[in-house]
Amino acid sequence: MTTLPMEYGLLLAGILFVIGLVSLLIRRNIIFMLISVEIMLNAAGLAFIVAGARWAQADGQVMFIFIVTMAAAEVSVGLALILQLYHNLKTLDSDAANLMYG
Amino acid sequence: MELTFFIAAAIAILATIMVVTQYNLIHALLYLVVSFLAISVVFFTLGAPFMAALEIIIYAGAIVVLIIFVIMMLNLTTEDIQHEKEWLQPRIWIGPAVLSFILLVELVYIFTIDTPANYRSTPVEAKAVGMSLFGPYVLGVQLSGMLLMAGIVGAYHLGRQKKKVIHRFLERTDA
Repeated sequence: MTTLPMEYGLLLAGILFVIGLVSLLIRRNIIFMLISVEIMLNAAGLAFIVAGARWAQADGQVMFIFIVTMAAAEVSVGLALILQLYHNLKTLDSDAANLMYG
Repeated sequence: MELTFFIAAAIAILATIMVVTQYNLIHALLYLVVSFLAISVVFFTLGAPFMAALEIIIYAGAIVVLIIFVIMMLNLTTEDIQHEKEWLQPRIWIGPAVLSFILLVELVYIFTIDTPANYRSTPVEAKAVGMSLFGPYVLGVQLSGMLLMAGIVGAYHLGRQKKKVIHRFLERTDA
């Protein structure tokens, strides 16, 4: 039984992360930005799973559980912020939220 | 199993690219679910079946449904029947359906060969994960609990709208 080379899994994780990062940079719809963050977190979790499978240890999967927990908390708070933004500004454009001119 | 990994990886990349290039949110979410399913198959081939189940339950189940609920709450404007009808064209859902079907064929293939030696790497079962999670990582579990508590309270506080009193008897006179 030969193990799958670790580079393929890490390459997949890297490609998914870069897609999410590019999408986060080029999109202005704030829900798409939240989805991009989810894609990036998922890619990071995939990298942990690949590393855990490489050494046949459970630590990578434990880290993936923590990442999933963090993603769930993040998406709930993010969606609440999106609701407030839409309620106040009547748009989903993230550039509209520059009222503080920061 | 090697081919299974590569097909699932290709579907994941393709579906993710389709997510970030869509303009309609619902279409993007369809492809996002396919992307999560493909990554779940990748987890399965890597010998992490419990994480594959968690990926489907939490990501494709909870988080996507949460986003769909928020989109439904935001879509208060002129979404008429004509718009609804053109959302149900076959060319919208045929792409995610084809990709999901390929993943289903892969999953059936994995279950029919049914020999644990065909994992590409040594499978780490859920029991080992649980022993590790509540053994050396128990502090992380408690921190995750505090994080989820903060998330619940924060989401409730941020998502609260300003209350409007409708009934005249209930109107505050001093405010």
